[in-house]
Amino acid sequence: MNAIDLSRRNFLVGATAATGGLTLGFTIPFADEAAAQGLPPEVNAWVVVKPDDTVVIRIARVEMGQGTITGLAQLVAEELEADWSKVTTEYPTPGQNLARKRVWGNFQTAGSQGIRQSAVYVRQGGAAARMMLVQAAANEWKVPVAECTVAKGVISHKASNRTITYGKVADAAAKLEAPKEPALKDPKDWTIAGKPMKRLHQAGKVNGAQIYSIDHKMPGMLNAAVQDCPIVGGKLKSFDASKAEKMPGVKKVVRVENAVAVIADTWWRAKTALEAVKFDYDEGPHAKLDSASIAATLKAGLDAPEAFVGNKAGDAAAAIAGAVKKVEAVYSVPYQHHAPMEPLNATARYTPEKCEVWTATQNAEAALAAVSQGVGLPLDKCDVYRLDLGGGFGRRATSQDFARQAALIAKEMPGVPIKMIWSREEDQRHGTYHPITQCKLVGGLDKDGNLVGLQMRISGQSIQATIRPEGLDKDGRDAFTFQGLNPGGAEGAFGYSIPNLLIDHAMRNPPIRPGFWRGVNNNQNAIYTECFMDELAHAAGVDPLEFRRRLMKNHPKHLAVLNAVADKGGWGKPAAPGVFRGLAQHMGYGSYVAACAEVSVDAKGVLKVHRIVAATDCGHAVNPRQIEGQIEGSFAYGLGAAMLQEITIKDGRIEQENFDTYPILRMEDMPAVESIVMPSGGFWGGVGEPTIFVAAPAVLNAIFAATGKRVRNMPIKNTDLRKA
Amino acid sequence: MKLNVNGRTVEVDAEPDTPLLWAIREQIGLTGTKYGCGVAQCGACTVHVDGVATRSCSMPISAFTETQKIVTIEGLSPDSTHALQKAWLDLDVPQCGYCQSGQIMAAAALLKASPNPTDEEIHREMSNICRCGTYNRIRAAIKQAATARG
Repeated sequence: MNAIDLSRRNFLVGATAATGGLTLGFTIPFADEAAAQGLPPEVNAWVVVKPDDTVVIRIARVEMGQGTITGLAQLVAEELEADWSKVTTEYPTPGQNLARKRVWGNFQTAGSQGIRQSAVYVRQGGAAARMMLVQAAANEWKVPVAECTVAKGVISHKASNRTITYGKVADAAAKLEAPKEPALKDPKDWTIAGKPMKRLHQAGKVNGAQIYSIDHKMPGMLNAAVQDCPIVGGKLKSFDASKAEKMPGVKKVVRVENAVAVIADTWWRAKTALEAVKFDYDEGPHAKLDSASIAATLKAGLDAPEAFVGNKAGDAAAAIAGAVKKVEAVYSVPYQHHAPMEPLNATARYTPEKCEVWTATQNAEAALAAVSQGVGLPLDKCDVYRLDLGGGFGRRATSQDFARQAALIAKEMPGVPIKMIWSREEDQRHGTYHPITQCKLVGGLDKDGNLVGLQMRISGQSIQATIRPEGLDKDGRDAFTFQGLNPGGAEGAFGYSIPNLLIDHAMRNPPIRPGFWRGVNNNQNAIYTECFMDELAHAAGVDPLEFRRRLMKNHPKHLAVLNAVADKGGWGKPAAPGVFRGLAQHMGYGSYVAACAEVSVDAKGVLKVHRIVAATDCGHAVNPRQIEGQIEGSFAYGLGAAMLQEITIKDGRIEQENFDTYPILRMEDMPAVESIVMPSGGFWGGVGEPTIFVAAPAVLNAIFAATGKRVRNMPIKNTDLRKA
Repeated sequence: MKLNVNGRTVEVDAEPDTPLLWAIREQIGLTGTKYGCGVAQCGACTVHVDGVATRSCSMPISAFTETQKIVTIEGLSPDSTHALQKAWLDLDVPQCGYCQSGQIMAAAALLKASPNPTDEEIHREMSNICRCGTYNRIRAAIKQAATARG
């Protein structure tokens, strides 16, 4: 093993390690360097104060629309006692993070973890910086630090009637030793965090000024259009670019692994020339793969003897065998694509001394590792500069293939910056798709309509088995498969106490690359459990809310959000004529969510989702306004998927190559959303994903109420909703 | 060939079948107009041509003459104070923001044609895709802007 591989391995181990034990950047190795460059010194790794009192807060996570930058800045600014109107942000690079022993912790922005997993150490960073700034003022005034107060970036010494701003003492503060364990405020005393602040960096989003990765420009930059082998498991045998090479603007046509890239002066010319390239593929072992064969593989898993256990209590099989009534159903959820509005892209410049990449990524550290490994330069000779994301939803977290590919293309023309953009079609064909699963549920009811036993067999794809096998348990089990179904814990506990329970997973991994798709396995798990709860309630002749409540006595937080939506949604009271309601609740990414949906289905079977009441208990709510935005957006994303979207396979190829065949929910189908943000305190839950879990099941249960039809196979559009 | 973009006549050195979108982004250098799908499905590339919302990804530059006034998001207002831009900021509409140039341009054309649009009109004219799901705020911002303009 060579040095490159060793350093990469160390880095990757670090990149996936828990965030505990993080240093706070209390040493100041860069203060002198910053001064030498004429830059304002950092007070610590998280905080830079400029002479004009502008506070620059460093953000390790990345903004992709979920509001994490604003929330993280609020947390730091709160402890810093900063003037919010003077706060801005910047991204450190993964190269800087590596050089400074990961002072900023984890860059990964996925799993709704941006705030919840860094809330403690970023606040400590803000608190430490405040203490140093105040100490610097006390030193200058030669007064005890305890006599100084601070508010909105202004330090005061009342006895001598003096004030000074942060910008004036930042230089001196940067030279002080940092406090070891700064105390943090009680959230009830927050004045910046917890408040409905508007997002930072909005102005450029309404006048075209905001620069996304796809907008990046560099002097002398060329553009690349690329086509990777469109057949799953296929390989590029050869290609003929003789015509393309003569087309306007074309500089070079290169092969990069199984892809061909046309490099031209403009992207449009590159893309046009790419269409003139002739490809010869070895179609490989999956040339005949199709959705029907994948479905058959999963179906066989529903009754397979071997399965990984996720949650078990009592003896479910015996309880169901002895039950008065037995209920059984099979559900399925297809592959889905992230389809961020901004197709994947990256700009790269390679020289034998340095490889640099400018891109929109949810994990710049992983992108750095992928680039380093791809071009064969050590990590410290590569870096990744983060640009704004036109959406991520997990695609830009699951794989950094786009950054690696851009670097490999740039390596073909050393010294020249090259921007590679995937066409929408390329983006659709080379996704990391929401994994495909089926689920068989069997429940047993006693004579009083109580659930005495539940079996839930998930059959289908493990994301980690393909993407991150090191994340599997020793026996090959993928714990992620059971998101929201766990017997307990702070991440995603099952919200029902069922005396006899067996939830297990028959892992079946088709060769389609899966990925972390906003909400991940919670999405189908919530559909399976919450729709089947509704089925059981109806079979028992018990109101679905009451049926759930009987099982939720030991789950007060799950129950609280459910009660909140039932109450505000008008459950048990008449809806408008022709309008019917459905409920769902679920816990994931540390948060409790519930929804009450109102739908109608007309005589032609056309579904209309009118209104959804949604509740979230995320423990601490750092920005209620942005949480509401995430709740609303989650319904657009989750309902679009449930109603319209599936990726299907034919002849080893992805069939849906653009939005004409992969429809996205549009404004006319967006329901009214009433959000209830109800933080109960004492824990940190995520907000970017959780509401998606309940979007589909609440609507599916309402469809049953409206039509008497159970839609068990997603997407809903494949089922005729006309009343039988 | 020559195009009139944001009140300026610009010389464009591109093949006649180049989509207007890519001429705007790559020849003229204005990147506020976005590429989303290339097949007129998503609306991220929406610009105005003589005041009419047009999906620039699917119109070749050869379809335009120098006298047609093309306006991009950068030319909507000299100081970003169009009523829609103000409403967008007031209601904190954008999330990732990538589609918002197109949304605002579609909305501006709508308001020009129908100063007080109904929900039905808004839904018909605003078929632009937003993956972040800001639709309800977009609708509210259009109505707020319509009210502000009287």
